[in-house]
Amino acid sequence: MFDRDLWREIFQSIQKNKLRSILSGFTISFAILIFTLLFGIANGLQNTFESFFVSNASNAITIRTGKTSKPYKGNQSGKKIQLSNADFEFLKKKNASKIEYSSGRIYKNFRVSHHNEHRNYNIKAVHPEHQFIEKSSMTRGRFINTSDLHNTRKVAVIGKKVSDDLLQNKFPIGKYIQMQGIAFKIVGVFEEADDDNENSVIYIPLNTAQNLYEKNDYLNEISLTYNPTMNYEEALDFGYLIKKQLQERLTVAPKDQRAIRIRNNAEGKKGIDQLMFVIGILILFIGFGTLIAGIVGISNIMVYIVKERTKELGIRKVLGASPRAIVSLILLEAISITSLAGYLGIFIGIGALNLIDDKLEAYFIQDPHVDTPIVVGAVIVLIVAGAIAGYVPAKRASQIKPIVALRTE
Amino acid sequence: MIALQKLHKSYPIGKGFLHVLKGLDLHVQEGEFISIMGSSGSGKSTLLNILGLLDTHDKGTYQLNKQEIQNLDEKKAAKWRNELIGFVFQSFNLISYKTALENVAMPLFYRGTPKKERQKIALHYLEKVGLKDWAQHLPNELSGGQKQRVAIARALVTQPKIVLADEPTGALDSATSSSIMTLLKEIHNDGMTVVVITHEEDIAAQTERIVRLKDGVITSDEKTAQTKITT
Repeated sequence: MFDRDLWREIFQSIQKNKLRSILSGFTISFAILIFTLLFGIANGLQNTFESFFVSNASNAITIRTGKTSKPYKGNQSGKKIQLSNADFEFLKKKNASKIEYSSGRIYKNFRVSHHNEHRNYNIKAVHPEHQFIEKSSMTRGRFINTSDLHNTRKVAVIGKKVSDDLLQNKFPIGKYIQMQGIAFKIVGVFEEADDDNENSVIYIPLNTAQNLYEKNDYLNEISLTYNPTMNYEEALDFGYLIKKQLQERLTVAPKDQRAIRIRNNAEGKKGIDQLMFVIGILILFIGFGTLIAGIVGISNIMVYIVKERTKELGIRKVLGASPRAIVSLILLEAISITSLAGYLGIFIGIGALNLIDDKLEAYFIQDPHVDTPIVVGAVIVLIVAGAIAGYVPAKRASQIKPIVALRTE
Repeated sequence: MIALQKLHKSYPIGKGFLHVLKGLDLHVQEGEFISIMGSSGSGKSTLLNILGLLDTHDKGTYQLNKQEIQNLDEKKAAKWRNELIGFVFQSFNLISYKTALENVAMPLFYRGTPKKERQKIALHYLEKVGLKDWAQHLPNELSGGQKQRVAIARALVTQPKIVLADEPTGALDSATSSSIMTLLKEIHNDGMTVVVITHEEDIAAQTERIVRLKDGVITSDEKTAQTKITT
């Protein structure tokens, strides 16, 4: 009936009691602002930690060898332990059900040329499955395949930066690059976002490298990923198992830490996940704390507002305001202030996060942002809390005898 | 207009009760200008609250505008207050952040009158109390007498059946008091029933009938020499 009038009445009350409105609004804006910033920064932290793991498969295990540090079974310490193709096949066969992808690796660094362009690049000789371990995404052509391997083809898969530097604008597939006087045909280009080191790598088939450059079947490294269905404990145990298998095969003392070294990403991942969990709990705690502080704040203000307005409400009652009219006057005012202030808080908070953007990357905060539904949810929580907090004193004020209300001078 | 029969009211005090009104009988005809006198503690404020539907009585009957007042809920009391009664208080009780015009229009807001009409009617009544030019002023920009005039305009704006004035001149100097009393007289001359609660003899003497209250009972009820002034 007089809805529009009621809103006009509320708007006037807000406007004419600026200090009161600003004070209560400030509490809400500030609570929401802090809430938004906290969640944004927490997300930024999470993004940073996650980015540590996207470039490599997080379920990767890398095996390297060195010299023995302990005498064992008649061998003196200091004996060089060397991985070979046979060891690779052995591991693959023994752990077929636990391995997802596997590849041997040989590292080289050659001066590479194409026409008159010469540069030094890291060369990795690998098996075809290496693509999935390193998560290289092909932008052109293909990765090394089994046929390349078996036929010891002289083919190369080059990183985007290699392509840009050596071949400039030329279409790379089918072109040749020279390495140590041997021509390799480019069959693919890959790219890893924002990783110039990785984009400067050239992959060639493992067997080709062994035939042309090494004249043996040695490997620098074996890299594999375990079945992603494994949990931490299983993954860690699998790492230990591989080590034990190799120690037995290569006659290395079980307690020798240097001869065979296993790097298991599961160890790091577990730590990071635990850290993220703790940070998550902390953020949740602080976030809820902020919200509760906001709720307490708005509750106090509502009690104060009703007390301050007791006389006015008494006058309104004398003039014919029903209890319901009194309650809705107080509540709608509280809800309007809370909504407006909450919106302002979101606005400033998201604005601040956008301003921060990637400027705090040095502090492990990357692309801080908040999901709008979460913040809007927080505002709704505050609005509901403000309404409940306002309802109790408003209801009491609406039932107070006008004559008692008028007596409070 | 008002008919009280054996009206009782008591308030709980500690473990006992304070018996304030002890069986009042009072009849007020339509169009009367009556004052209720008594010192503090005589029960006159309690009587005003009951008459104004701001409080309930315990025993006896109260008829207002031929309607029995019994067990009114808050909502109904608010509605009837709005329709039947205009209030004038000692401390004016204007809403401080609203202009004179908005204060006068307030009862119409709770009646659901559209804004334009509300303002038109309110302005008419402000004019009637001589404050048309002050319509856009806030209460704290007005003198005591002007505030009381605004309050009277607000009491009249709903065209009530009865105006209840509780010590309307209590906060005013004597010159202003008499101008307010003149205004009340004029309202009475227009046919309005006016009940003034006061403890001042000279104020009561300006009404047409004086009811004296002492310790919750009526001690005297007499007509005064006052007659209607013709305007």
